[in-house]
Amino acid sequence: MSKRIDVKDLNVYYSKFLAVEGVNINIDAKSVTAFIGPSGCGKSTFLRTLNRMHEVIPGARVEGEVLLDGDNLYGPGVDPVTVRAQIGMVFQRPNPFPTMSIRDNVLAGVKLNNTKISKGEADVLVERSLQGANLWNEVKDRLGKPGSGLSGGQQQRLCIARAIAVEPQVILMDEPCSALDPISTLAIEDLINDLKDQYTVVIVTHNMQQAARVSDKTAFFNIAGTGKPGKLIEFGDTPTIFSNPTEKATEDYVSGRFG
Amino acid sequence: MAAAMEQGTDAFVPYIKICRAPAAVTSAAETRIPSKPKDREVTTTSLTKSRGAGHAGDKVFSAATLAAGCLILVVLFGVALFLVIQAVPALVAPPDKIQGGEGFFTYIWPLVIGTLIASVIALVIATPIAIGVALFISHFAPRKLASGLGYVIDLLAAIPSVVYGAWGVAFLAKEISPSYNWLANNMGWLPIFQGPASATGKTILTAGIVLAVMVLPIITSLTREIFLQTPKLHEEAALALGATRWEMIRMTVLPFGRPGIISAVMLGLGRALGETMAVALVLSSGVLTASLIQTGNQTIAAEIALNFPEASGLKVSTLIAAGLVLFVITLGVNMIARGIITRHKEFSGAN
Repeated sequence: MSKRIDVKDLNVYYSKFLAVEGVNINIDAKSVTAFIGPSGCGKSTFLRTLNRMHEVIPGARVEGEVLLDGDNLYGPGVDPVTVRAQIGMVFQRPNPFPTMSIRDNVLAGVKLNNTKISKGEADVLVERSLQGANLWNEVKDRLGKPGSGLSGGQQQRLCIARAIAVEPQVILMDEPCSALDPISTLAIEDLINDLKDQYTVVIVTHNMQQAARVSDKTAFFNIAGTGKPGKLIEFGDTPTIFSNPTEKATEDYVSGRFG
Repeated sequence: MAAAMEQGTDAFVPYIKICRAPAAVTSAAETRIPSKPKDREVTTTSLTKSRGAGHAGDKVFSAATLAAGCLILVVLFGVALFLVIQAVPALVAPPDKIQGGEGFFTYIWPLVIGTLIASVIALVIATPIAIGVALFISHFAPRKLASGLGYVIDLLAAIPSVVYGAWGVAFLAKEISPSYNWLANNMGWLPIFQGPASATGKTILTAGIVLAVMVLPIITSLTREIFLQTPKLHEEAALALGATRWEMIRMTVLPFGRPGIISAVMLGLGRALGETMAVALVLSSGVLTASLIQTGNQTIAAEIALNFPEASGLKVSTLIAAGLVLFVITLGVNMIARGIITRHKEFSGAN
């Protein structure tokens, strides 16, 4: 239930502006890959191209190939809706649907595309997804209450439960802990460790300790200056990137001597 | 709303000017405490004092807003008082003195029903079209087309009602009467389409259609604004789950906009209930009938407008009492709408 991602010569544009240039990266199945780098270097932009969320923005487009187990996501005839159903995403800020109950939030993705699901199956799925997101014990007595009534950390785990309920191949996380307190952050990091048994996880983070704690491999992105495109500088095993990087820029960044 | 906009921009900032790493990633030892400006320093004694100018400005502003708030209440109360005082003679008069000779209630209720029929026809036609147009502008149309279309819709709202009325009577009524004949021949078994159809087309259904065109821009521009305020974050959440555009709209835009849609429809209803000129011109009035395609029916507003110039004495009171009834209906409609909105507050998306 997890697939690998191979990116070949990817250029990402906002209208005429080249935001990310020439990315080549191979992300293994059932692993955690962290993207680090300064703000504005295109980590999140690149992440969003992996499930075709980038093109939601007017004028945004992509050149190059993203292969999910060999199938090009940007090939002719590929439906972005199908791609997104297979590659789930968790956002920077928790965004449960405020008009839905906790239970409906978990089932939101499953009920799409006119899929019918019996109440019994739905109950099982809700429990399994919330268990998977380490949230079941906290919310099992109030599944009918609105998801927006939970704390920030709980909301983020609800979003993760919503993402894994559709059983995706890959889960993308765009700074999932940046709006959370340290305890909630720890809960999410533990969860990421559990998730990699079943899913391919890609996480963007500003917190380098977090990248070191959760990821198997780390990719460092950087930008040469304002208005210049972001680039993938170095990609390798997380211990190597943090202790013995090849590039000078990576070393400067991870040791805090940046600029 | 501010939060929603903030979220929206946050998720969409493509080019960020910063190219330096945040200093905070190094270590806790390096954390610097920014030196405070002197004038910001707070000592215990200064807590009881405050800067005079700001305080006075606060008082003036709160007094001004209070006055504005009270003014609304005074105006509303004044109108209600005027209506009640002027209407009392008609309400207490002996039944045979009222127009029709059977008392005020018998006089007013066909008008109430007629008003409601015309307004309901208008809303049934206008609401789905308005929501469709608003969704097209906010989520489907290319940006250039969307702004142009929004401008045209706003222009529609600026056309005076007498122009709509003239269009209704001079063009629409004539053009539409053949289809009334068709309805009478083929759907005549339904009481609302019972024949014979009016030859001139000046019926309550025509009036309802004209009203629909009139309330369409109000509902459209309000719902469009609401739809545009849907947090980008929620729309993206739906899309990232594999929702199609329509599913995304059903999951996020419509539930988020629901209270706004209700308010917009109620505002449209308010206009339809009170619309006078267009109905007075289009409708050839008569007694209350169930059929929408025969001559007949009348609305309160048109009845007042048509009869007021020649009225005197008790007749004036009767018409003002009719106005009071319209006032009460509108008030009731608004209260019901508010009730519907608050009942679902917990799930409204505002929290």
